[in-house]
Amino acid sequence: MNLSHFSAAVLFSIFASVVFGITQRNTVYEQVRYGLYCFAMFVGGVFVAGWVMWLLRR
Amino acid sequence: MATTPGKTNAAVPAQPVTAITVLAPALGWLIPGAGHLIQRRWVRGSLLMASIVLMFTFGMLMQGHVYRPNGGDILDILGFIGDLGAGGLYVVALAKDWGREAISHATADYGTKYIIVAGLLNFISVADAYHIAIGKKP
Repeated sequence: MNLSHFSAAVLFSIFASVVFGITQRNTVYEQVRYGLYCFAMFVGGVFVAGWVMWLLRR
Repeated sequence: MATTPGKTNAAVPAQPVTAITVLAPALGWLIPGAGHLIQRRWVRGSLLMASIVLMFTFGMLMQGHVYRPNGGDILDILGFIGDLGAGGLYVVALAKDWGREAISHATADYGTKYIIVAGLLNFISVADAYHIAIGKKP
């Protein structure tokens, strides 16, 4: 199996966000909300890190 | 000695040890998500199981490295501790002698991290199963 860096990061984000959402909050609503928040932070972090690396490379 | 208002010095009573408080974390470590399933948290248990098992499986499919018990480099020791969290999945990987290859390309490096993080996520899942068992979490 050969995943790109981005697809590996997104897949990682999905799995980690599901576990974080379920384990770190009590109600279903809070769990879904926190899971989505974690996912957004993970993927957002990938984009931010990507742009930082692009800037450093210039 | 002055005490902070609103705070008491009373000790928190210890939780009684019951079969479920031991069984849920132990089973949850051995089979990811099973600690929740045994307590009838069907959806939570299934989602945890799917996430952790899939993450570990993807790590293996990406030819990730499985750390064996070792006393060498600190990162290798930490890798072993992370892998160990996957419980039964790690035992199967050891028994089948999977993940022996050296990390030779980027995808294998991702796979190695997937396997470690699957184990670490299972540690969190085990703690959550315990909290449900002692009634700290609904």
